[in-house]
Amino acid sequence: MFDTALTLNDLLFLAQGAGMTLAVTAVSVTVGTILGILFGVLRFQFGPIWFAPLTFLLDIFRSVPLLIQLVLGNALQSILKLGWGPFTTSCAVLSLYTAAYCTEIVRGSMESVPMTTRRAARSLGMTWGQDMREIVAPLSLRIALPSWIGLTLGVMKDSALVLWLGLIELLRASQILVTRLQEPLFILLICGAIYFLLSFPIARLGGHLEKRWSPHD
Amino acid sequence: MIEIRNVRKSFGPLEVLKGIDLTVDKGEVVSIIGGSGSGKSTLLTCINGLEPINAGSIRIDGIEVHAKSTNLDKLRRKVGIVFQQWNAFPHLTVIENVMLAPRKVLGLSRREAEEIAVRQLGHVGLADKLKVYPSRLSGGQQQRMAIARALAMSPEYMLFDEVTSALDPMLVGEVLDTLRMLASEGMTMICVTHEMKFAREVSDRVAFFHQGVMAEIAPPAELFDAPKRPETQKFLAATH
Ligand SMILES: Nc1ncnc2c1ncn2[C@@H]1O[C@H](COP(=O)(O)OP(=O)(O)OP(=O)(O)O)[C@@H](O)[C@H]1O
Ligand SMILES: [Mg+2]
Repeated sequence: MFDTALTLNDLLFLAQGAGMTLAVTAVSVTVGTILGILFGVLRFQFGPIWFAPLTFLLDIFRSVPLLIQLVLGNALQSILKLGWGPFTTSCAVLSLYTAAYCTEIVRGSMESVPMTTRRAARSLGMTWGQDMREIVAPLSLRIALPSWIGLTLGVMKDSALVLWLGLIELLRASQILVTRLQEPLFILLICGAIYFLLSFPIARLGGHLEKRWSPHD
Repeated sequence: MIEIRNVRKSFGPLEVLKGIDLTVDKGEVVSIIGGSGSGKSTLLTCINGLEPINAGSIRIDGIEVHAKSTNLDKLRRKVGIVFQQWNAFPHLTVIENVMLAPRKVLGLSRREAEEIAVRQLGHVGLADKLKVYPSRLSGGQQQRMAIARALAMSPEYMLFDEVTSALDPMLVGEVLDTLRMLASEGMTMICVTHEMKFAREVSDRVAFFHQGVMAEIAPPAELFDAPKRPETQKFLAATH
């Protein structure tokens, strides 16, 4: 088991791949979450009818396999002569993919804030904006958090698909090493362990916040 | 003074208020009784503009509640309302629940808001629950917290919508005592209630609602002991 051809340089190569995975995930989750909050709030406020065209578009992003989206997205950017590199294209597609899911999370969690609680806030003279900030936002944040953490962890794993656009992220880096060293089990074990190390803090952060926010003392 | 003139209100095809007229003077306590679905809650939500009306007018101290130019957020500062369901803000402690509106709406400092909250919570007998989350309170305590939260805005009028009917019989007394105290302090109140004994005791006048109409309004002794309308007689006979 420990008789391996894996060198320190190879490990560094894997670490670089992990860095790429992290970068793609961080950008996509950040942009996707901002868009998701924007779309979710608009959808919540204006109702399903006004929002129908965008809902339809987001449904496409939720139902078409990500791999197809990446390939089509890449083709589209070259047709439109945007001149995007694989990193930008990957992040753009993954951001929209994340936004599509995040929109649903935001809408659902906002709708779960009881109307009676909001009425109580308004009846105290709070404005619509104050109700949103002081009541709806904190309450829906608590409800949305577990799903959002799940989404983030999912995007981190799904981001492996950007290797199809030629980016060397963690999974692709492992594949290259496997091909060269012919030690698939060992290398994939390391690769899996790195994915775990990347995910674990996020999952723990979620658990920690959930505990802190639970409405008990 | 609250002046309600010929107010009509429909939910879709269903006319819930069919021309209500009622004037409540400063310092007066008016109780509203009546069967389920007679429009009692709807009237209260119309009074502070949470629901629009279809016809008529409601004026509070001369200000038209449902006029386009009226700033409802501002008007609601002087009209407190407490609902049947306890709607605490679950993510805030008891004292934070009470401090929120004074801070955000009146722009008071944390210190000032805290002072008010402590005073109001003491007033309703919750001085020992300041740092607790609402989920740890009994129904009666939550309801008293809601009353303190409304009082913290120093409203001139208070509307109560069956504040005891979701409570255990054991807990009704403590909340009614709070309302009695407010009445004795001269608060102008409209109380929708099923507690006939309470209504008789604290009210200056009692109104009986029947199918969207205010069928009868009179001082409690008159309305309870010598109701004029047959609907009132029937309703009182059924509740005794
Ligand atoms: N938001 C709403 N949308 C549609 N119908 C409503 C709405 N609110 C109330 N109603 C209807 O209006 C009628 C009057 O309701 P309201 O709540 O005012 O009665 P109530 O006198 O308070 O009765 P209760 O004693 O049961 O509380 C009922 O038939 C009710 O179903
Ligand atoms: Mg009611």
